[in-house]
Amino acid sequence: MKQEIIISGFGGQGVLSMGKILAYAGLMEGKEVTWMPAYGPEQRGGTANVTVIVSDEKISSPILSRYDTAIVLNQPSLDKFQPKVKPGGDIIYDSFGIIDKPSRDDIAAYHINAMEEAAELKMMKCFNMFVLGGLLKIHPIVKLESVMQALRKTLPERHHRLLPMNEQAILKGMEIIHRQ
Amino acid sequence: MENEILLLKGNEAVAHAAIRCGCDGYFGYPITPQSEVLETLAELKPWETTGMVVLQAESEVASINMLYGGGGSGKRVMTSSSSVGIALMQEGISYMAGAEVPGLLVNVQRGGPGLGTIQPSQSDYNQATRGGGNGDYNIIVLAPNSVQEMADFVDTGFELAFKYRTPVMILSDGVIGQMMEKVVLPPFKPRRTEEEIARECPWAANGHDLKRRGPNVITSLELDPAVMEQKNLHLQAKYQKIRDTEVRYETTYCDDADYIIVAFGSAARISLTAMETAREQGLKVGLFRPITLWPFPTKEIGELSKRVKGILTVEINAGQMVFDVRYAVEGRVPVHHFGRLGGIVPDPDEIVEALNKL
Repeated sequence: MKQEIIISGFGGQGVLSMGKILAYAGLMEGKEVTWMPAYGPEQRGGTANVTVIVSDEKISSPILSRYDTAIVLNQPSLDKFQPKVKPGGDIIYDSFGIIDKPSRDDIAAYHINAMEEAAELKMMKCFNMFVLGGLLKIHPIVKLESVMQALRKTLPERHHRLLPMNEQAILKGMEIIHRQ
Repeated sequence: MENEILLLKGNEAVAHAAIRCGCDGYFGYPITPQSEVLETLAELKPWETTGMVVLQAESEVASINMLYGGGGSGKRVMTSSSSVGIALMQEGISYMAGAEVPGLLVNVQRGGPGLGTIQPSQSDYNQATRGGGNGDYNIIVLAPNSVQEMADFVDTGFELAFKYRTPVMILSDGVIGQMMEKVVLPPFKPRRTEEEIARECPWAANGHDLKRRGPNVITSLELDPAVMEQKNLHLQAKYQKIRDTEVRYETTYCDDADYIIVAFGSAARISLTAMETAREQGLKVGLFRPITLWPFPTKEIGELSKRVKGILTVEINAGQMVFDVRYAVEGRVPVHHFGRLGGIVPDPDEIVEALNKL
């Protein structure tokens, strides 16, 4: 098993931390992982992306030319990474703020209404966990228990009361992802 | 606890490893993309556990001179910075080499010249491997290609620094510093006691034993050229010994290869995927990764060049190591260079394309 994923969106959407939790969950299961951010001076509102690789084998390059899965959370990300999805791979997008939908017919496009759902449930802080849930529905790369364990390890203890809400977001994300 | 597997950035791994390797003091000044070293040390508060000093200096020039003082008294001291900051330290590094003061430096390179960019680069290769400051000297340069090696090379660096009384540099870059990978931290090693330092570093100027041995003098200054020449010859003999004994490298699929990529650090990781893709396409490519950039594996690359059709160096710069490779190859086969500049990191497909043009 090897999944090469790019997660891209606006700074503040939790792109980097979503990648970190995925990588950490992989680590919990004894897999090889790399997490490579496109770092920059950007904070909230800028662009942010991270390449996450989860694999049973040792990982060569942490930087990739093509991806198995692209998770794009804004239009510039979709435009930038759609051409870089491997044929037969997939693209996951949140239609919030996306005008031109994925158009390639040699990849599978999945739509997740995470932004709307998170707003409606007043769980905006867990937006990235809805998206992670969506990804795990399509590619069960890691188990839900591992993700929860990763959250426990990475969240400071004072935020541990938020764990059930995160779990709820992941489960909801699994429900609301649909093939375009 | 000792063998716990963690997920850390390369920069964070350096900080954790420093505490575990019995480091006595860290002196640094924040700069992207290496700030996590100082940040992590501040978070881990080693002064409360091992007694290690962590100090944010007022500048890089101050940091390197604190290293001179700490190393001169036999302490295991280190600093870290990124390209621009390392450029500021060159005077101090030259002084340390001249006065034979051990110390560890970590350069998490970013693009230059000048203030440049904060994105990854390997364009300080020449500066690191040629000494960088004034005078006839070299420092040992280790090039990690993973977060694990970022952690492991801290101890290796200290060991080499004290074995040869020389500054040692870990030459990393923004890719290795910023990415997170699995890492097993080195076993815990206590800081050396004053007695141990006195025993292992009889040259150290630490103020002890003055009655028994008289003062130790730590200086690079010598106004009598006849004495200074002897001092230089002593340094050169030491560098030759390092060249003879400390060369480190790694080869992957070099045995049956028609073409060889020579790459270090993050470029070597990216080249590994390029090599795999090229092999799938039927091109027999191998990878030679120098781990010590100085001393450079000249002999080994020379030998390898007798069995291949061509060599490509992949560096995130305009072509610096390529000259060391050409020197090693002595014109036996063509040696080409591929690189991206100014903070752009090449992706594996670009390297495959460069291989196909050989």
